[in-house]
Amino acid sequence: MSYSALALTLIFVLIPLLLSKTLKLGLEIDTIIATVRSIVQLLAVGYVLKFVFDSENFLFIILMVALMIGAATQNARKKGKEIRGITWKLIVTFLTIEVVTQGILIGLQIVPPTAQFIISISGMLIGNSMVLSILFLNRFASEIEGNRDETELILSLGGTPKQAIHRQLINAIKASMIPTIESQKTIGLVQLPGMMSGQIIAGADPIQAVQFQLIILFLLLSTAAVTSIMLGFLSYPALFNERMQMVRPKKTN
Amino acid sequence: MPVYKPALHFKNVSYTIQQTSILKNITGSFPVGKITTLVGPSGAGKTTLLKLCNGLLSPTEGEIYIEDQPIQRMEPIKLRRHAGIVLQNSPMIRGTVYDNLALPLQLQGKDFPRRMAGELLELVGLDPRFLDRNANDLSGGQQQKVSIGRTLANQSRILLLDEITSALDRVSLQEIEDLIRRVNRERGVTVIWITHNLEQAIRMADYAWVVMDGELIETGEADLLNTSHNDKVRQFVKGEGG
Ligand SMILES: Nc1ncnc2c1ncn2[C@@H]1O[C@H](COP(=O)(O)OP(=O)(O)OP(=O)(O)O)[C@@H](O)[C@H]1O
Ligand SMILES: [Mg+2]
Repeated sequence: MSYSALALTLIFVLIPLLLSKTLKLGLEIDTIIATVRSIVQLLAVGYVLKFVFDSENFLFIILMVALMIGAATQNARKKGKEIRGITWKLIVTFLTIEVVTQGILIGLQIVPPTAQFIISISGMLIGNSMVLSILFLNRFASEIEGNRDETELILSLGGTPKQAIHRQLINAIKASMIPTIESQKTIGLVQLPGMMSGQIIAGADPIQAVQFQLIILFLLLSTAAVTSIMLGFLSYPALFNERMQMVRPKKTN
Repeated sequence: MPVYKPALHFKNVSYTIQQTSILKNITGSFPVGKITTLVGPSGAGKTTLLKLCNGLLSPTEGEIYIEDQPIQRMEPIKLRRHAGIVLQNSPMIRGTVYDNLALPLQLQGKDFPRRMAGELLELVGLDPRFLDRNANDLSGGQQQKVSIGRTLANQSRILLLDEITSALDRVSLQEIEDLIRRVNRERGVTVIWITHNLEQAIRMADYAWVVMDGELIETGEADLLNTSHNDKVRQFVKGEGG
């Protein structure tokens, strides 16, 4: 596709701008910012990727993955401020996902160990893992807050912190995994996954595109489970101290 | 005043949270095998004090002793089983009344025979037929009784009670008072009981603690609530209509 053709597609930005103006939605500035940012960010990524693919240097691949993990951690940690050491807990989670999935994919020769595969798959998995971490941390925080009485009750009866937080932990793990599982049940029926559409548009054989999409879907299932469970079991101990008390005690009365 | 052997002894205990001093330099004892009532105005720090007794909270200063042993050095789980607490409005866990009564043993990975659960239910004044009822369908008073039974399942030597009769009608209140008296007399369990009901405090107690604004104002035989010469205590008793 030529840049002039791409420029023409700005028509699709003009439509919401005009609508927003006539209906006084007040979304013009945001629409323009979103447009400019997506152009700049994606083009930058495109050039960086091109550079990395061309250089065929393994160090650049590692650097790219490290950057992804860094950005994902930066984003997700805001949701876990209450949890001591949340930064390294997120890093360990993302790293585990990366190492396990790439290890299996490359080790079993499911995909070739090239920059194209490693970086695009890592991007999808770490991105998804980040969203899942945020879902999990949000849900876990509200589970804890809404069930402080029960946690305190179990501690007071001689339960361990793990027993006292178990139900909330499992609820939060389940709740954060469900969207991934549910969305895969209807996949292909309602909408084609973005990556598959992209491949087909770029001229790939639909069956091959489907095969590749399936790999990604299964990887995402795995990612969802590993992210929530790992993050969950890494984070709950931070809510208690060595005297098995809640770090932030419930206000009495 | 006779010298009592303490079941629990506070030595210069203070508790501060978020720069607010909730309890200030408390020194005193709860005599072993006796019922001590803990009274004081709302917000005085009574619940906080009770939670210090079983290690749900730790003093920021000072030390609490159980039979000469600092509780700070006891294993938290052991301490909490030794000193069982019934908190105001303790929640029911999801499930049946039996599930609730079995919880303390289940937490230790042990089985709680239904027969014993039934006996426990009778002990707190509920029909054993309640065992299979959904705990959250019970009335407030019935839940309070289950909650007392649940704590008793741990066979604690010290029983910490926070306003356990405030949700009960007269008959239930009478039953629970009898029950606590029996547990105290027959099993020799030491009871520390927070109550807003001064008549109850005097009726039930061997001993009393008066806490105001985070300070221990007076301790002694329960009739101090009637005979105290301390102005603050007299004013409080008068205010509560006791
Ligand atoms: N986690 C906390 N953070 C800040 N303040 C707290 C916390 N827990 C308790 N407090 C404050 O400590 C004071 C004492 O509370 P406590 O519940 O011990 O009083 P109380 O004597 O049991 O009152 P009541 O008779 O109303 O139950 C109150 O002013 C309360 O707001
Ligand atoms: Mg209280």
